[in-house]
Amino acid sequence: MSDLTSAGTAVGGAPIGGHGPGADTAATGGKERSASLWADARRQLVRDPVFVIAFLYVLVVGSMAAFPKLWTSQDPRDCTTDRSRIPPSWDHPFGFDTLGCDYYSHAIYGARPSMTIAIMATGAMVIVGGVLGMLAGYYGGWTDTIISRLMDIFFSLPFLLGAIVFLTVIKRQNIWTIAGVLFLLSWPTIARIMRGSVISSKDLDYVHAAKAVGATNGRLMFRHILPNAIAPMLVYATIVLGAFVTAEATLTFLGVGLQPPTQSWGIMISAHQVYFLEDPWLLLFPCGLLVGTVLSFILMGDALRDALDPKFR
Amino acid sequence: MGRYVIRRLLQFIPTVLGTMFLLHYITSLAIQFSGNPVRALFGDRTPPPALLEAVTERLGYADPCLDQRFNPCLGLFADRVTGVFFQFDFGINLRQREVTDLVADAIPYTLKLLVIAIVFEAVVGIAAGVWAGLRGGSFADNLVKISTVFVISVPIFVLGVVVREFVGVKFGNVLRDQTWIPEVLSNGVFSPGFKPDYPFASLVIPGMVLGAVSLATTARLTRTSIMENIRADYVRTARAKGLANKRVIGVHTLRNSLIPVITFLGVDIGSAMAGAVVTETIFNVPGIGRLVTLSARTGESSVVIGVVTMLVLVVLVANLLVDLLYAVLDPRIRYE
Amino acid sequence: MSTDVNVKLDALPGLDPNAMPLQVKDLHVEFRTRIGTARAVNGVSFDLRPGETRAILGESGCGKSVTAQAIMGILDSPPGFVTGGQILYRGVDLLKLPEAQRRKVRANRIAMIFQDALSALNPVFTVGFQLGELFRKHRGMSRAEGKARAVELLDLVRIPAAKQRVNDYPHQFSGGMRQRVMIAMALALDPEVLIADEPTTALDVTVQAQIMALLAELQRERNMSLLLITHDMGVVADVADRISVMYAGRVIEEAPVGDIYETPAHPYTKGLLESIPRLDLKGQELAAIKGLPPALTNIPKGCAFNPRCRYAQDVCRQDPPPPLYQVSPYRTAACHFWKEVKADV
Repeated sequence: MSDLTSAGTAVGGAPIGGHGPGADTAATGGKERSASLWADARRQLVRDPVFVIAFLYVLVVGSMAAFPKLWTSQDPRDCTTDRSRIPPSWDHPFGFDTLGCDYYSHAIYGARPSMTIAIMATGAMVIVGGVLGMLAGYYGGWTDTIISRLMDIFFSLPFLLGAIVFLTVIKRQNIWTIAGVLFLLSWPTIARIMRGSVISSKDLDYVHAAKAVGATNGRLMFRHILPNAIAPMLVYATIVLGAFVTAEATLTFLGVGLQPPTQSWGIMISAHQVYFLEDPWLLLFPCGLLVGTVLSFILMGDALRDALDPKFR
Repeated sequence: MGRYVIRRLLQFIPTVLGTMFLLHYITSLAIQFSGNPVRALFGDRTPPPALLEAVTERLGYADPCLDQRFNPCLGLFADRVTGVFFQFDFGINLRQREVTDLVADAIPYTLKLLVIAIVFEAVVGIAAGVWAGLRGGSFADNLVKISTVFVISVPIFVLGVVVREFVGVKFGNVLRDQTWIPEVLSNGVFSPGFKPDYPFASLVIPGMVLGAVSLATTARLTRTSIMENIRADYVRTARAKGLANKRVIGVHTLRNSLIPVITFLGVDIGSAMAGAVVTETIFNVPGIGRLVTLSARTGESSVVIGVVTMLVLVVLVANLLVDLLYAVLDPRIRYE
Repeated sequence: MSTDVNVKLDALPGLDPNAMPLQVKDLHVEFRTRIGTARAVNGVSFDLRPGETRAILGESGCGKSVTAQAIMGILDSPPGFVTGGQILYRGVDLLKLPEAQRRKVRANRIAMIFQDALSALNPVFTVGFQLGELFRKHRGMSRAEGKARAVELLDLVRIPAAKQRVNDYPHQFSGGMRQRVMIAMALALDPEVLIADEPTTALDVTVQAQIMALLAELQRERNMSLLLITHDMGVVADVADRISVMYAGRVIEEAPVGDIYETPAHPYTKGLLESIPRLDLKGQELAAIKGLPPALTNIPKGCAFNPRCRYAQDVCRQDPPPPLYQVSPYRTAACHFWKEVKADV
């Protein structure tokens, strides 16, 4: 995954910019409708086996990241080289890595940086991108022009290249800087989605009605427009969580992301790629965890979109 | 059409300058906070003062504004922009080689890789998408739908490493044991990395890996697009005109359905360039992507900045061309 | 891409030049979807004489457009399937023809005009290309000849500056001009039967009249048979010779146009007429038919109209749907109580 926008398009199938779902959810109208839209969506999601499985998987990975002690009592830093590359056994389900560290506990502890980075970057992206997108869409005119040009500038940096440049220049590669860079390069996508949905919902009759009875701009934006515009953003944010997990691993793999001795899936993959033929499990376990996580986020986003978009009912 | 082109060009110029300023400002900030990067690069060794000074001077790092934190260094920026556009100057590396020379050496490999990737993803992606789209809900449709989700969720570096080891090493070793297999196949196509002896054959598999991710996107996009258009009224009109099915699908449906796909492929050139960084690193291709990775690993930020500036310009021009192409393909845009 | 040079339609097996241009007998069409089978057309029969205009009248969803698409052979299939009956063009059953021959009947012998010309014309090709295509693919003409003929056609439907406009795209035309292009496209190969599916619904009232007048004139000149599909009783009164009223996939009344307006013999037809606003009845409440047309997946037992009918008796609810009773030598109605309905003014 080298480009976030392509992830969105791939899964959404809609043209870049998210006009599709935005326009539709907006068209459903008032707040009461949107309340029942969410209730309907929840009912449909609970019944969708794909969503439930993906959600459980994410829950498992999330608990690994939050409470690694729940999953393993081993210390991933307890290494002796004479145990180097011992294959999986009952006591050590993932075996040992080249340095003789328990690989299973390494994998458990490796979930944390990936998930932390993904969640922090997504959170910042949703807040900043969402607000800027809403301002651009709501006020239009100069505000829109400035924010849109700013978006164009960040869009013109291919995601991975931009991340490499920033991380090389900053020279400090830790969870915070990586999350910051991922956020910096991805907020325009959310802003563009938000802007599109705000533009399509701000001309609806009930918004005019609220304006007519003297609602303030802030109230109009947050009470009347936001609830309608939030669905496509939520769908994209879910998918992007997966994309960020990939991005962190890719940057680490290239050597500009997290550095050993930090534990992360990206480091596990990049350190053991040459042992693939003799001891394939050294590569397959972290790859499997990584792919499973990304896949789960994408499937969740997909199911969420189907549930929130009345067109797919 | 003319007004559309002009409007698009007017948007293009601030975007180019803005992007260059972004790259410039981030470099300046880094220098303002952590000092001259050239000195740091030499590590513990004391660089010859003459060299240090020459490189620093050449890269403009001697500018006094770089001592003031948060100063945007507009003068330096103006110098850089004129350097880029009038002298084609994208900076130098530590051995005082021009970045343009480094890129010139690397670009043939990257271009070949990109061509293979784009052709692969366009041909296979569109074919799969059309196949699935025409048979909505069938086995073919579900197969394409499910397999594309899987391809999308496999990071390109995981795919690259697995393909290199399985196809290049393991399967390649089997082939290399057989005497009747032509060398081009066993040592070229199925080699675990780039081989200078087979400058094209050994790029086929890396190119396919690079194209794989966007291949899935292309297929999905084509599929949805075809499914939307196949039920369109004008397709029904084409049937009512007594045209053969081949023509109804091949001319009236496809022409409309491929507009978003072609736009995507054009935009995808940018992400394919970024993806080339990963693919070239894995398959050891001496292209621009590996140049970026190697410079990034050693911390030679001047090279990274120079190369990325160049790539961004290429991407922006490509996007501009795609937009104009879009207007050519879809007459409704032209007359807006 | 093959070119079908000079279609030899005389070679159609069983073609009888003296038979009627179009005859539909007991046509059945089903839509098989996940939520169930919708019986969109249930035994529709009618015929079309040379030079005649027959209107098929009904609300949306009554099966009139599906009938038209079945005649053209352009049903979306799946989910739509013709499950029974015959569609005869001069005695030849089109449903039994191999696809290659059936294709040649389209546009050459039976052509169609669609409701919304903006979506029915391909947005990415010029009007000239889309018109010329007919001559290139059906008559084997060159691109230049095709374009020349396209200009003639645009002239024929009175589009000003046809020579220049032939290079324009559909979205550059106004609604009325676009519908003229549609008509030109349908007339291109000089068909004997023209099916017009709601040709004026998407247009302004003034433009509607112009388009209908143009259609009528062209029809007269070429002695074409016109099958006019519409829900608009006003349009029908002016141009149609005979009318078939459809409800829930059946023809429920068939009559010469004057008879229908004077003495409707089916309560549904009567209801339709009463729901037209009339100046002479100004001030009175407008009568509307109660309720909604039935879902085609769930057509009521007995006469499909019985839940909305003020004449309905037990017989309408329990017996199979009423047959078409002969009301006069020229007209039929599918109502057990047609005498009462007809007498009740």
